[in-house]
Amino acid sequence: MAEYQNLFTSIQPVGPLHDGVPLPRGDWKRSGKPFLVHLFGRLGNAQIGPIYLGALGVASLLCGTLAFNIIGLNMLASVDWDPIQFVRQLFWLALEPPPPAYGLSIPPLAQGGWWNIAGFMLTASLLLWWARTYRRARQLGLGTHIAWAFAAAIWLYLVCGFFRPVLMGSWSESVPFGIFPHLDWTSAISLRYGNLFYNPFHALSIVFLYGSVLLFAMHGATILAVSRFGGEREIEQIVDRGTASERAALFWRWTMGFNATMESIHRWAWWFAVLCPLVGGIGILLTGTVVDNWYLWSVKHHVVPGYPHVVPAVVDPALLGGK
Amino acid sequence: MNRTLRTLAMGSYALLALLLTGCERPPIVASQNGFRGTGMEQVNNPRTVAVKLAANQAPVALDAASPDGPKAKDVFKNVQILGDLSVAQFTRHMASITQWVAPEAGCAYCHNPENFADDGKYTKVVARRMIQMTQHINSDWKQHVASTGVTCYTCHRGNNIPANVWFAPKDRKYANGLLGDLAGQNLASKSAGLTSLPFDPLTPYLKDSAEIRVNGKQALAATGADANRSSLKQTEHTYSLMVHMSESLGVNCTYCHNSRSFQSWEESRPQRATAWHGIRMARDLNNDYLIPLTSTFPAKRLGPTNDAAKVNCNTCHQGAFKPLYGAEMAKDFPELQVVAKK
Repeated sequence: MAEYQNLFTSIQPVGPLHDGVPLPRGDWKRSGKPFLVHLFGRLGNAQIGPIYLGALGVASLLCGTLAFNIIGLNMLASVDWDPIQFVRQLFWLALEPPPPAYGLSIPPLAQGGWWNIAGFMLTASLLLWWARTYRRARQLGLGTHIAWAFAAAIWLYLVCGFFRPVLMGSWSESVPFGIFPHLDWTSAISLRYGNLFYNPFHALSIVFLYGSVLLFAMHGATILAVSRFGGEREIEQIVDRGTASERAALFWRWTMGFNATMESIHRWAWWFAVLCPLVGGIGILLTGTVVDNWYLWSVKHHVVPGYPHVVPAVVDPALLGGK
Repeated sequence: MNRTLRTLAMGSYALLALLLTGCERPPIVASQNGFRGTGMEQVNNPRTVAVKLAANQAPVALDAASPDGPKAKDVFKNVQILGDLSVAQFTRHMASITQWVAPEAGCAYCHNPENFADDGKYTKVVARRMIQMTQHINSDWKQHVASTGVTCYTCHRGNNIPANVWFAPKDRKYANGLLGDLAGQNLASKSAGLTSLPFDPLTPYLKDSAEIRVNGKQALAATGADANRSSLKQTEHTYSLMVHMSESLGVNCTYCHNSRSFQSWEESRPQRATAWHGIRMARDLNNDYLIPLTSTFPAKRLGPTNDAAKVNCNTCHQGAFKPLYGAEMAKDFPELQVVAKK
């Protein structure tokens, strides 16, 4: 009998290809004939397809493709339509939001207008895809946990690109579409608002980010370790605890005195993952709208330690009459 | 099966090796310059430092000349500056300039060999103004150059034109098109230290006097007149200027700033005040000395937008926290220390 003793999937049980459960009336047909890919089977399921597109999926892909092309063509135009420079500088290029002078008005296309259009299309695409995850889950008779977890990510995206710029009264506060430029934005918002590391919601978000990673590693390791006792049948073990479950629980009780259960560990993981963008979004939404300088805010609330000065005191030259 | 795995493993190693080519080879040496545990440190690679040290050596000064004898202005014609030097001192100064600025072309780079008094060559007019600029720096900008001072060599290093001068960048070819607005950034540019930050941080701050400070003085966002209206785009410009300074001086942010609050002067290192005056000095030199020379320069010496070459931090510093690592070159040339005639 095959045993799960490796870190990597060593066996691929392959059954007959199948389309899945019948779909309710009114749904689209599934597209594509299913097929097997051995390499994919090493990472997940070897069967690829069929895929359910549906009206929401098609609309989402259309909007997303439009946004992708607007961003790409603007990047290509920004290097004077030179394909070599486009590839060479791809990570540097971006579609930048309008300059601050335009506030929340609609700017000319050549001055950030394309950013508004691409942003609208990308947002529409994400929201349609969210509706699709919700509806597909319902049609399969599932809970909607995935859709709500996805919604947490969309919340952070909307805070950065829509809610905060609207509250600040300027599209220019928003994030550029580009690899390095969006990272520059991240640095700039920290520099402008007095060091985001002093934003407690940012700190919480990091707790949930690293916490998610830790929980993922602990849970993955635990299940792999007890899979020789059938521990990978987690759902069954939620209601019918077997020796795998007992041993896993015992291990954590012995090592740290407390253990999650087969069910609760998944709630822990879900909440940690969801809270990461959720609290992060709150932190960004408060930045500039309520708090202007997180460092000074932390000084005010006595969470900034004082350090001895090891160099002579420096006075702002502007206060000494310099211009 | 095994072959597939082996191919995959080989591929992964090749990819890893490729990724590592972007890294700097150790050792990396960190030296602490603030209170322990606060991340106040400078990071250097001894190999890079050795290269920079070798490239930033001051030349040996010519032996001092006798101040006795007739004055240069009484012997030579058309001596508008340095005329109070003795002929021997004046000649030594000219020989030094040749060594610093035009070691290959020699006297003829600036002078008409037929008539040394002739102002026909633009290079002579520019050189005269640059000597005045050097005197101005040494006498009026002590807050930045202290008693170390500068000479022509600080920037020129044996080149006719200093290796690190700057021009306003040219617009892209299709700047009037409907697509591809750069918003002044998002290209891999040297002036922004190869980041995608705004690629011309020099025009607003080292030519114009745009506000560099973006941080507010209050914890909470205020309204009306008290509000801090600095935008994120403005912040990116400031950030780009700081990257320029960091690259020019070969230092980290914490050479000047505290690691937790970049705005706080109380917790800054004294170098920040020196740098503050340096920004004003570069701005002053560009506006009072270099830009007014625009019509003196021939077209081939002008930039893509027909502007004169200007100075930034890198023009003097050239990767060193102090130009020539603080070599006190100017002390051998007291004529460059006098109060400048405008």
